[in-house]
Amino acid sequence: MIARLQKAVIRDGRFTLTFSVDNHRFFNLLSGGDTVEATKATPVKYDMDVVRWFTIAAVIYAVVGTLIGVYVASELAWPFLNFDIPEITFGRLRPLHTNAVIFAFGGCVLMATGYYIVQRTGQTKLWSNKLAWFNFWGWNLIIVLAVITLPLGLSEGKEYAELPWWVDIMIAVVWLSFGLNHIMTTAIRKTSHIYVSNWFTMGMIVMITYLHVVNSLAIPVDMATSYSIYSGVQDAMIQWWWGHNAVGFYLTGGFLGIMYYFIPKQSGRPVFSYRLSVLHFWTLTFGYVWLGAHHLQYTALPDWTGSLGAAVSLAMIIPSWGGAMNGMMTLSGAWDKLRTDYILRFLVTAMAFYAMSTFDGPVMAIKTVNALSHYTDWTVGHVHAGALGWMSMISFGAIYHMVKKLWNTEMYSEKLVNVHFWIALVGAVTYIVAMWVSGIMQGLMWRDYDEFGTLTYTFVESVSAMHPYYVMRAVGGAIFNLGTWIMLFNVVMTVRQASAVRGVNAVPAKA
Amino acid sequence: MSDHDHIYSTKLQDKIERNTLLMFVFTAVAVAVGGIVEIVPLFYLPNTGMNGGDGTYNNTQHKDLQGKVIPMDKIIWNPTTSEHKTLADWQPGDGVRPYTALETAGRQVYIREGCFLCHSQMIRPFRDEKDRYGHYSIAEESMYDHTYQWGSKRTGPDIARVGGKYSDEWHRKHLKYPRDVVPESVMPNFFFLEKNPVDTVKTVKTLEIMTKMPFNPVPTTIYTPAYIAGAAAELDGKTEMDAVIAYLQSLGNHVKFEKGVNYRD
Repeated sequence: MIARLQKAVIRDGRFTLTFSVDNHRFFNLLSGGDTVEATKATPVKYDMDVVRWFTIAAVIYAVVGTLIGVYVASELAWPFLNFDIPEITFGRLRPLHTNAVIFAFGGCVLMATGYYIVQRTGQTKLWSNKLAWFNFWGWNLIIVLAVITLPLGLSEGKEYAELPWWVDIMIAVVWLSFGLNHIMTTAIRKTSHIYVSNWFTMGMIVMITYLHVVNSLAIPVDMATSYSIYSGVQDAMIQWWWGHNAVGFYLTGGFLGIMYYFIPKQSGRPVFSYRLSVLHFWTLTFGYVWLGAHHLQYTALPDWTGSLGAAVSLAMIIPSWGGAMNGMMTLSGAWDKLRTDYILRFLVTAMAFYAMSTFDGPVMAIKTVNALSHYTDWTVGHVHAGALGWMSMISFGAIYHMVKKLWNTEMYSEKLVNVHFWIALVGAVTYIVAMWVSGIMQGLMWRDYDEFGTLTYTFVESVSAMHPYYVMRAVGGAIFNLGTWIMLFNVVMTVRQASAVRGVNAVPAKA
Repeated sequence: MSDHDHIYSTKLQDKIERNTLLMFVFTAVAVAVGGIVEIVPLFYLPNTGMNGGDGTYNNTQHKDLQGKVIPMDKIIWNPTTSEHKTLADWQPGDGVRPYTALETAGRQVYIREGCFLCHSQMIRPFRDEKDRYGHYSIAEESMYDHTYQWGSKRTGPDIARVGGKYSDEWHRKHLKYPRDVVPESVMPNFFFLEKNPVDTVKTVKTLEIMTKMPFNPVPTTIYTPAYIAGAAAELDGKTEMDAVIAYLQSLGNHVKFEKGVNYRD
């Protein structure tokens, strides 16, 4: 067996296949990309310029997106901050915050890591470097248009899909350019198997295309306004099919692709279990789609939809926790690295938050719990446990890892990475706790009856009771935002330092 | 045998992993199932599903205590069977109707200002919600809402049945400077709505589009050519503030709910 394995390694030189206790293959990434460059006479030249630009953009959008978040949170704590300027009222800025963090920050992270991983795991250049640049400029143009149109009040009135119809068309085109390029690069890979990260990215590409196209179908009135072709119950179901799966496939699936590449890479350990990753992918891909209905329990939809959503949501604990275990246990035998490797701290803490939010979510999908939690800040807390704890943390880890590789340098300051980690952690926890407490309190106040059988609290009493928690939320968000400034500083200094060493522009002009 | 040829999962999985097209096809099918199962049946609901846009409706499933079927005309306003024949004659309790021109203009402003981010329009069938907001919302009530506005968060109260609860004057004061009326409120000041005239061109075009929607269009027996032609006159001299107030006052009083009837499916 061992002889055969050695033979395989010698013959092929691409994968070093490691065996687990149950004698199944791990993808040992340690030799997936880098070794080839080192050992082969003609190393693969990757198209990494576009990845560098996406990475830098992601760092900037992390700062901007969370900053707008802090502002809208503050508007709820101190309403004078609306300043009687229509363009910055809560109703117009809140979509800008969600779009900035999901599509600007999240999108740039996904595209940077997507192009990075697909090249390295496939040991090939991009299928089309030109298309990747079209993707970069197109995506950033869309972000600029969002910054202009949303404060002007151009909204389709659908959560997380507010952008006007003509921007929706641009999103579809640019998204498909990313999808086509990624899938074709997978197709021209030099390795025999498609690496697990790319499965998740492929799932995301396909599902987001379905969701965006179906949910955005609308008839335009003019450039500013359009109306969805669906109405009422049907529109609600389609909207939450979109809403929850944007979370499921974009903010979870796409970022699990990051997890499956960067945790093994950073820790120097193979993925814990290949079989678990197969199970994780297919159950998540098939199952997540059903969850949207849990947003509509007890509404005017037929009861079976909410119940079905609840049942599948509960079942989703299994793949989610399986995946979280797979990420965490990858560190098995290397836990000591957490003491010295700050980037690994980000990645592993992200898995802890992933496990926590994928427990929180199914609990909230139970109908009796949802009766309390729906419409409250608990939902906001849950979303941010995912967004700040899981998605941002795994992104920060991946960004630091990539910056070092992409500019072939050490970080300007490892200490600041550690400072960023603790600030991000404290900020996220402050935010989440504030929203959990306020959410449950709201839910309990609304349904409370006094001894005479009348409602104990007026609605506005629940509003004023939220004030301290809204302040706490804004503070938590501000702390988290401070961390992103530190990352921006550290990354800029790292890039400058690398350019100084090389004596060239660190971010070369369009190749 | 090279280790690359060794199968560590199943033959099928191994085949999929080696073939980009196969993986694409399997993924594309796997992600489609859940959505199809949950969404498609909703288009065949007896009450709000595909009506032809000609004012005729399928049978309903709502039944009273004796098990008798409640005719759809009691829930959805049908000008051909109702004693009130036009939008101007419609009275609360006649059944669900589409919005008037002014209300349509108001609804556009409501969407533009992102009101749905803090105010839900969906009352759930719980005792406290009934006491606080009124009868639970039913599917028919939002059947003409292209882009439903149920919302997902109550930073402010639900407004599905706010129509008629407060005077126009209260709404005007409250929308302009909410804290003048409710000191604890965290709502932004919308005083500027009073300065903006309604967009007549946009609103008239919206009415036309609503009759052409592929799903749940407004019947042309309601938005008659005569009504659409007269819409501009209805909007003349109105501000966005007037429009929003008209929209809010139209919410939730369409259906006359009877005791003992289960309006949920």
